[in-house]
Amino acid sequence: MTDHIETDVVIIGAGPVGLFAVFELGLLDIKCHLIDILPKVGGQCAELYPEKPIYDIPGFPVVTGQGLVDNLMAQIEPFHPTFHLNEMVESLESIGTPEAPLFRVKTSENGTTFVCKSVIIAAGGGSFQPKKPPIEHIEAYEGTGVFYAVRKMEMFRNKKILIVGGGDSALDWTVNLQPIAQRLTLLHRRDAFRAAPHTVEKMRSLVATGEMDLHLGQVGSLVGDAPILKGAVIRKDDGSEFTVDCDVMLPFFGLTMKLGPIADWGLNLHENLIPVDTEKFETSVPGIFAIGDINTYPGKLKLILSGFHEGALAAQKVHRYVYPEKKLLFQYTTSSTSLQKKLGVAA
Amino acid sequence: MGVIHVTDRAGQRHTLEAVEGWRVMEIIRDWGLPIEGLCGGACECATCHVFVAEEWLDKLYPPGEEEEDQLDTVVTKPNSRLSCQIIWTPHLDGLEVTLAPTGS
Repeated sequence: MTDHIETDVVIIGAGPVGLFAVFELGLLDIKCHLIDILPKVGGQCAELYPEKPIYDIPGFPVVTGQGLVDNLMAQIEPFHPTFHLNEMVESLESIGTPEAPLFRVKTSENGTTFVCKSVIIAAGGGSFQPKKPPIEHIEAYEGTGVFYAVRKMEMFRNKKILIVGGGDSALDWTVNLQPIAQRLTLLHRRDAFRAAPHTVEKMRSLVATGEMDLHLGQVGSLVGDAPILKGAVIRKDDGSEFTVDCDVMLPFFGLTMKLGPIADWGLNLHENLIPVDTEKFETSVPGIFAIGDINTYPGKLKLILSGFHEGALAAQKVHRYVYPEKKLLFQYTTSSTSLQKKLGVAA
Repeated sequence: MGVIHVTDRAGQRHTLEAVEGWRVMEIIRDWGLPIEGLCGGACECATCHVFVAEEWLDKLYPPGEEEEDQLDTVVTKPNSRLSCQIIWTPHLDGLEVTLAPTGS
């Protein structure tokens, strides 16, 4: 089923900068929808370093990645943004004019279509995607013998499965797939696992009873007639090698960021970054803005605080596109009753 | 003052001026070699993975638990390190590293 949504602004990326843009737009009565490929909000702050302290957010001597995200969510709550998580923007199409921009944005997973007056790209380093290990010819087996995620367990029934990794995903799928596999092998670089202790224990007991195999080493190369996978050559730390027979290999090496479809949107990328002006943070396409780590301009610093500033300035120009007939009055939240009403704090 | 030697993924060796107190990742990045350093040096992404020449391994502080956890997410060799976890000091003058391959 395809959903169709009409709104003022679509924000691509629900990291800290995208979230704060909701606040600045909200003060100007501009409604937004946010799209993010992750199943949660917060971007890198929530995915890469939720527990790490950040010391350079103005007004916070110290705040964790997740703490900052939680605070931003509380701050934008009055504006009721709509989130579309687990979705990647596949295409961005201009259907308006430079004077009256209008865009059609489509996502891949649920095929949602948005029509909006402005688009703000706050996508950081791109979209989070599974890290692909640098193994020769691995692409030739992707989708047939190599999978980076499990969508349907049944696909793996009676298969010889090789799982690679030592985190929660690797261990969870090891214990979940072992009962239906013909044979399951877990491969990890060292005899220590960063996963829930009871899952690690369960894996260890399956190894002890001979119901699965555990090897320490790295995948050196793949064996097979692409796209049919037959095995993997395992390289141990002492340099010795042996082969594990397998029909499928599931590498679970965590996530990384890839630019993805943004490269195809005609935004004159410079070294995978989107050039913008420093007055409105607008791209070469009127109505499309880029803020945060994904943009570039002379003097750019990849700091969260820079992204906050960029969102505030972009919002001013977005207002002209959303309300072309309205004059924008500059106001402060400390003194403006109208802003305070929007924030739900008016006396 | 001193230098580090960095071999890129095409096999070309570069000699870079090092700065005391900088992370080796930062030295490589600031000289414009292709190292991603996605998380900015927080030991959270492993995109600054390098292979350290054998003779230098013992001169480095051994990897901590956080670095080991991140090394779990790449294809390592026994001489794998994350260059964001190596702080350059003059006793690392001449340090020899190779940029590890990255997946597609």
